[in-house]
Amino acid sequence: MSTLEIKDLHVSVILDDENSKEILKGVNLTIKSGEIHAIMGPNGSGKSTLASTIAGHPKYRVDSGEILLDGEDVTEMSVDERARAGLFLAMQYPVEIPGVTMSNFLRSAKTAVDGEAPSLRTWTKDVKGAMEDLKIDPDFISRNVNEGFSGGEKKRHEILQLELLKPKFGILDETDSGLDVDALKIVSAGVNRAHEKNDMGVMLITHYTRILRYIKPQFVHVFVDGHMVDQGGPELADRLEEEGYDSYLGK
Amino acid sequence: MSNTDNITENRAAIPGMTDEGEKLGTEHVSDDTIRVENKDVDSSRAGRFTSYKVEDFPALTGREEDWRFTPLKRLNGLHTDELGAEAPKIEIDAPSAVQIEKVGRDDSRIGTAGVPEDRVAANAWSHFQQATVLTIPAETELDQRVEIDITGEHLDPAAQHLVVEAKPFSKAVVVLKYTGSATLAENVEFIVGDSATLNVITVQQWQDDATHASAHYALLGRDANFKHVNISLGGKTVRITPTTKFSGPGSSTEMYGLYFVDAGQHLENRLFVDHSVPNCKSRVTYKGALQGRNAHSVWVGDVLIGKEAEGTDTYELNRNLILEDGPRADSVPNLEIETGLIAGAGHASTTGQLDEDHLWYLQARGIPEAEARRLVVRGFLNEIIQQIRIDDLEDQLTSALEQELAISNN
Repeated sequence: MSTLEIKDLHVSVILDDENSKEILKGVNLTIKSGEIHAIMGPNGSGKSTLASTIAGHPKYRVDSGEILLDGEDVTEMSVDERARAGLFLAMQYPVEIPGVTMSNFLRSAKTAVDGEAPSLRTWTKDVKGAMEDLKIDPDFISRNVNEGFSGGEKKRHEILQLELLKPKFGILDETDSGLDVDALKIVSAGVNRAHEKNDMGVMLITHYTRILRYIKPQFVHVFVDGHMVDQGGPELADRLEEEGYDSYLGK
Repeated sequence: MSNTDNITENRAAIPGMTDEGEKLGTEHVSDDTIRVENKDVDSSRAGRFTSYKVEDFPALTGREEDWRFTPLKRLNGLHTDELGAEAPKIEIDAPSAVQIEKVGRDDSRIGTAGVPEDRVAANAWSHFQQATVLTIPAETELDQRVEIDITGEHLDPAAQHLVVEAKPFSKAVVVLKYTGSATLAENVEFIVGDSATLNVITVQQWQDDATHASAHYALLGRDANFKHVNISLGGKTVRITPTTKFSGPGSSTEMYGLYFVDAGQHLENRLFVDHSVPNCKSRVTYKGALQGRNAHSVWVGDVLIGKEAEGTDTYELNRNLILEDGPRADSVPNLEIETGLIAGAGHASTTGQLDEDHLWYLQARGIPEAEARRLVVRGFLNEIIQQIRIDDLEDQLTSALEQELAISNN
């Protein structure tokens, strides 16, 4: 059983050498293994900043507060140390890396996360199986990381990595955006598999309730202007579906 | 490479061409490398002085266009001395169909593919004792590569001359490999007959004390295919000047290059593609990585499309990756066009640092920074390695690059 705790987190985005702007204004959240939390909020509320900060993007500076993974402060860790500690960010905009093949990349990442190279035979089988589950063309394994992939293909590759790397916590940053219904179902099924098989905790960041038809959160948080303004169970998502965020923005 | 501060990018597209070539979209060009009208002959690549004799070239001052990036003292006397020392040892491993000869200076094939355009090449031409001539007979398709190992054993200035002739309808892969210590000026001629296919891979893997200036001349007949992969890794100063000239229509040249420059190294490549006949195609792709204090790379790519060269299709590209503070990369693409009736012409040059987004993504998947850097650089350079298409040589160069990368990551 693992716990990801975010305590009174204040974060600024670094604009240039002299200027920065506060985005997160005291975020509190605790996620345990096997729990699914949906973080919902309007555009510009800081949801993606929260996701990127947990993963350690250098553009964001933690001004105060803590992010604890099983009691260890991850803000002290490098980006790759966080990933090896069991955090995984499925990115909203996955990066294209010319010249680095998916196959090489996946094996390097798996070796780094596990601390040892995967057994060749089971690894090849695992990758092939996971790709089939996500309906990814087998040819993609020899293509360069995300290069020339469509938006939907990129998202599926994020979930492929999520399934193969088996993190303790998956942070999904608007994974649903830009996906048609079929792709959304495929991607959601992948998240659910990782959740069930690995008892993964999920932080599901989204603007829309659409993905919640396929991934069922136990907890729903409303995120406005850099902090949580409301929380509840799945029924809160239903209310947001009908009423939108106006009541929170209007306050 | 993108998103870093010290990026320079030049791109030229050729919109709005007319048959006079007058309406070139110079607004798309961020430098002055396209010169069409009232061309000053002295500044055109076409007007460059050529001679086989060193005494015809004035003593170098270092201010000459083609020497301005090369510190002359690095030449170790290649531009001033009589290159009388014993030339590096040549060992050739070739299929039996290949004819191998040592010939005197008066052999008629010498000088077929080109004439020196600079003083060092002319000095080599004036002083070589014997030339090595390899001939791939007509209609002979080699199923095995020709390997020419050139090994330097001392640092006294020497001259060397090689000629490789691929007769019509022949097909061959020739690998030139330079190792050891040398102070060498050299001319290498490639005569590619009608419908012949010649792939040349030249690998400069000298010891740290070597100085090497080599002029490569390729002359392509009709419907010929030439591929030149030029890899410079080792040596203190290495300056390669590959030229392709077309003598018949329908031919194509692909010129690839890779250089990995460490502290104190000067690796220079000056290319020239001379399109003077119709319907030929050229692609130039050079990539370099630089690390360490005073690491210096120079890439100059000249392309000349003459009046008669209708239907020309050309593109040249140079990308440099600066891995840490300290190195300098000079990159100058030059495109001269004298006709508008071409299929395409363009160039691009970028110099930048590793893309932080690439490192972020790889590290976010648990890959440590040093390894992430290696992956990205390897990926960057791999495009050129893949052009070799000889497995064991690719593997050997990949591991040489790994060693280079290990230096940068301590």
